[in-house]
Amino acid sequence: MSDDSPIVLPDDPSFGSDVQVDYPGYRSTRLRAPKRPLVTLPEELHPVGGPVFGDETVFELDYDLTKQHEGEPLGERIIVSGRVLDDNGKPIRNALVEVWQANAGGRYKHEVDQHPAPLDPNFSGAGRCRTDDDGNYRFITIKPGAYPWGNHENAWRPAHIHFSVFGRAFTQRLVTQMYFPGDPLFRFDPIFNSVRDPKARALLVSEFDLATTKPEWALAYRWNIVLGHAGSGTTPLEDT
Amino acid sequence: MNLARTPSQTVGPYYAIGLCRRVENELVPPNDPGAVRVTGQLLDGDGQPIGDGMIEAWDASGSRWGRSGTDAEGRFSFVVSKPAARSGEAPRLDIYVHARGLLKHQLTRLYFPDEPEANAADPVLSSLPEADRAVLVAEQEDGAVRFDIRMQGERQTVFFSL
Ligand SMILES: [Fe+2]
Repeated sequence: MSDDSPIVLPDDPSFGSDVQVDYPGYRSTRLRAPKRPLVTLPEELHPVGGPVFGDETVFELDYDLTKQHEGEPLGERIIVSGRVLDDNGKPIRNALVEVWQANAGGRYKHEVDQHPAPLDPNFSGAGRCRTDDDGNYRFITIKPGAYPWGNHENAWRPAHIHFSVFGRAFTQRLVTQMYFPGDPLFRFDPIFNSVRDPKARALLVSEFDLATTKPEWALAYRWNIVLGHAGSGTTPLEDT
Repeated sequence: MNLARTPSQTVGPYYAIGLCRRVENELVPPNDPGAVRVTGQLLDGDGQPIGDGMIEAWDASGSRWGRSGTDAEGRFSFVVSKPAARSGEAPRLDIYVHARGLLKHQLTRLYFPDEPEANAADPVLSSLPEADRAVLVAEQEDGAVRFDIRMQGERQTVFFSL
């Protein structure tokens, strides 16, 4: 792959929900994306079962990123909620959903982040929760800012919240990023566009949702998460 | 119904904010009589350490799970007890690799060096060319088990799809 390859490649619906792991516009893939084809494991040899996260995993206020410090963080307070489903549309309960994000100014509370935007003493940017019986999760947070990164000249990430999700089996693992509707940076971002199918890419974008806003208090975004096939890793008990 | 899956995106360089709030790399307590320390390095295509990776380990036989970030030398570590093997298979850990620059996590398997017979009979190991078998079997090193993960190159780790 040469250095003059385009940052964003044209759409290619044949990828479906698969991300292009060796996407050339995202520079760090060059030495990190596996080069050899994956070896397919037959279903009977898939990982079996998966971690179950108990009550001790999540503290009561972990879902509210605005209440982790003495004062309130700066920025636009938002509610982000949705459901975790399997690909048959069935809700996944007790899924562990972990999020992390930049503050309203686009700065992460992380030593590696040197973006010259202020840190917010009232915002750490981490949250977690478990889904209820209908697969629902919900976070209260601050809308993250866009931020620059060193991938190419004048590269900026569209605003996003990082999500890590454990379904009911080890095979139902997902780490991804949730974006906000209508972001003008979408068409310049190689990470977003590494999902080559525009329909699949749209699944990464939350929807503004008036119904889940809280009047006089916060706007709201809805975003459903669909995990893959649990396969033989599902125990019948958890499948009900 | 067949819903389209939500696509994967990289864990990025700042995952520790959300995913490393507590120590989670001990699948069993270090003083467990069967405790085995697993260490390794996560390396890129130039053989350089990946200092912002995260490894997850799953022991299906004991329903034990853990994760470890990598340090500046690309090092990760776990305390495990050797999993029980299913009939006809060798004991193993299922491993996921996450990193900045890796748009989807990758699945591999860690096999144990003191199980030559079970490893030889394992249906997955035995289906691979000999060189690939070798990269999936950890090495004994100073009382620990060492398992390096190479994302690319001649000795690239074997990654699996489901
Ligand atoms: Fe980010």
